[in-house]
Amino acid sequence: MRGATQARWAACAVAVALAATACGGGDSGGGGGADGIVSSSWGDPQNPLEPANTNEVQGGKVLDMVFRGLVRYDPKTGEAKNEIAEKIESTDSQNFTITIKDNWTFSNGEKITAKSFVDAWNYGAALKNNQKNAYFFQYIDGYDKVHPESGKASATTLSGLKVVNGTTFTAKLSQKFSLWPDTLGYAAFVPLPKVFYTDHDAWLSKPVGNGPYTIDQYAKGSSMNLRRWDDYPGADKAQNGGIDLKVYTDNNTAYTDLTAGNLDLVDDVPASQLKNVEADLGDRYINTPAGIIQTLAFPFYEKAWDTPGAIKVRQGLSMAINREQITDQIFQKTRTPASDWTSPVLGDEGGFKKGLCGPACEYDKAEAKKLIEEGGGIPGGQLKISYNADTGSHKEWVDAVCNSINNVMGNNKACVGGPVGTFADFRSQVSTQKLTGAWRAGWQMDYPLIQNFLQPLYYTNAPSNDGKWSNQKFDDLVDKANAESDKAKAVTTFQDAEKVLVEQMPVIPLWYQNGSAGYSDRVENVSLNPFSVPVYDQIKVK
Amino acid sequence: MGRYVIRRLLQMIPVFFGTTLLIFLMVNVMGDPIAGLCGDRQCEPGTAAQLRSEFGLDKPVWQQYLTYMGNVFTGDFGTAFNGQKVTELMATAFPITIRLTIVAIVFEIVIGISLGVVTGLRRGRPVDTTVLILTLVVISVPTFVTGLLLQLLLGVEWGVIKPSVSSEAPVDELIVPGLVLASVSLAYVTRLTRTSIAENARADYVRTAVAKGLPRRRVVVRHLLRNSLIPVITFIGTDVGALMGGAIVTERIFNIHGVGYQLYQGILRQNSQTVVGFVTVLVLVFLAANLIVDLLYAVLDPRIRYA
Repeated sequence: MRGATQARWAACAVAVALAATACGGGDSGGGGGADGIVSSSWGDPQNPLEPANTNEVQGGKVLDMVFRGLVRYDPKTGEAKNEIAEKIESTDSQNFTITIKDNWTFSNGEKITAKSFVDAWNYGAALKNNQKNAYFFQYIDGYDKVHPESGKASATTLSGLKVVNGTTFTAKLSQKFSLWPDTLGYAAFVPLPKVFYTDHDAWLSKPVGNGPYTIDQYAKGSSMNLRRWDDYPGADKAQNGGIDLKVYTDNNTAYTDLTAGNLDLVDDVPASQLKNVEADLGDRYINTPAGIIQTLAFPFYEKAWDTPGAIKVRQGLSMAINREQITDQIFQKTRTPASDWTSPVLGDEGGFKKGLCGPACEYDKAEAKKLIEEGGGIPGGQLKISYNADTGSHKEWVDAVCNSINNVMGNNKACVGGPVGTFADFRSQVSTQKLTGAWRAGWQMDYPLIQNFLQPLYYTNAPSNDGKWSNQKFDDLVDKANAESDKAKAVTTFQDAEKVLVEQMPVIPLWYQNGSAGYSDRVENVSLNPFSVPVYDQIKVK
Repeated sequence: MGRYVIRRLLQMIPVFFGTTLLIFLMVNVMGDPIAGLCGDRQCEPGTAAQLRSEFGLDKPVWQQYLTYMGNVFTGDFGTAFNGQKVTELMATAFPITIRLTIVAIVFEIVIGISLGVVTGLRRGRPVDTTVLILTLVVISVPTFVTGLLLQLLLGVEWGVIKPSVSSEAPVDELIVPGLVLASVSLAYVTRLTRTSIAENARADYVRTAVAKGLPRRRVVVRHLLRNSLIPVITFIGTDVGALMGGAIVTERIFNIHGVGYQLYQGILRQNSQTVVGFVTVLVLVFLAANLIVDLLYAVLDPRIRYA
């Protein structure tokens, strides 16, 4: 019976091993109350953590906790409010004088002066520093010298920026842009301490900022522990002791951890769990609008798509998509059918206008088919919608959109999906004008302004105008809106520009994306801001 | 023996260059990685050009490969897109995956071989049939099903383990993921050992050993098992490389930041520096494991000689 004995030994070894694992499991975080630590899911930031180099949400999350800029967007309304700025003044919408408050410091004690801003902006704009958000400084005079499209830079600093004294600096823009102060809440515009330039590597391994949190520990690619900065001079002091960010390889695992009680906050509920989330979390599930819109874009560099007939085809295609049904069944109501080209987070005053697109964005089978046929049919006889198949479960909705179109056309070859292996490959095909059919496009706002939803995407030769659409009337209206010194007038002029999009349908608006989050019963007062990032500093630990 | 080892080591050189070149070409075929760096917007032409030249992507592929190999020999595996040195990524990822692999291999050896011996000595009995059916089940169920099921049952329902592994990934947290990772190979090890034992149990030298009056334990362990282990060791040896490179599914489920995760990220972001670096090291591990297996043959069976 020796064999059996051995088997029993093996079984015991497993049992002991499992028991040891059980000992390894413990509770998360420290005490409760005002010093309680909140644990939250995180993704590995794609770029080095520098304010002007971070363009995705994971790195942006950290910058939002560690930095404060001249202006801050209200986490509830998205309205731009002065934070470090005492006042930002201009008489001609082109020359701005910025005065900052006197009492701000970095967490290492260094005082924040006008120079802290000017140096940081010059660093961000300079070509040699490789900052991916450099174009945020494009409106400042002299940008084309420090950041030419090709060749070497002929200047190292922006000629439009001048330090007047310790608390004042001026900015001269290269064009009129009345809403420019409202853009300054973006992370690229935050001030930087001296140590950023003198010991860059050390700063990157543990960034020092001026926000409500300081970074206690940063293990790149796996976790970051942020702690409340008690001397923080701002009004929005952290309501908890700190945030522990933990990188997850898969958001499904983060969700599992939340349901098992090992994690307090998941700010990206995986699509596959949306069916269970109400049952699992009840009212601890948040599903609120975010400044993200998804669209279908077309190649205007292809002759067939740039004809008067093709306008009707695009309008017809837009009417052939049953947005209501797709957002309900595939996205479980985490998307809202789009009826304009902006986002509900802007609010009515900010320029969002429900129904601006009119019947062109409403499902109408008969009219859709009629328009497409009047326009000469789909160019090439078949619509191919390209998407990246690696993330974001795009396949499901692209197939659904195609089904919807095929139903209308009574032809199940009228529309097909065109998967591309990786996001990088997809983007390189889009940005080098390789695609001949339609593709999925998306826009996450940089700042809650109607300008941000229109100009970078549809203005002639704008950086994200991948389809190379061009319309003089639209461009003129955008220029006019930017020169408008009255904010309300600027917004309505932008809406006039948007009406050109209804007539021309250069891209088909599909739906507005919501931010979704879930949290444990250990924390309360959890909300998402218009950028779908949790308002970490307001979270309270019970 | 010494000459054999040297010859084997020399053979590794062309294999090493061949595989790295292949991986390098494959990653390059996938298109322009810089395009994915700026999200759903286009990188500014100036910044994109600057980034391309920083990562050497503006040069022809052969030149990129030569520069890369030149750097590798000075210990520089390049920089990932997030600004981290690839060697730094390796230093955090490999220890974790090696721990996970060791846990898995220990399970394979302990459970797999024991079950194999038990069933091999008891062919056709109920124990044998039961284990055979069990291994069949394990082989046919995909790893991600076993992984998610165990995670849900042990982690969420019963609370025996944490559903995710912490970033330090200590051995005790790796036991369940290790078991999941080992499961399929474990079943193969059981079956291989069983067949081998069953075959050798009838061999002359076993009969002689029994006839000498040796205790049964000694006959089984020293004579029967030692000889029967050769196919099993071969399998486990090749499995080392496969486990390390193929842990992507298990690492994703249990949130382990190991080699599989880094490779997955590297491929998603088309970061050739990360992918080529990690695969190069995996190739070396694979080659070394195979060499060790070949050398172990002589230890197990003295009749085997190397020339």
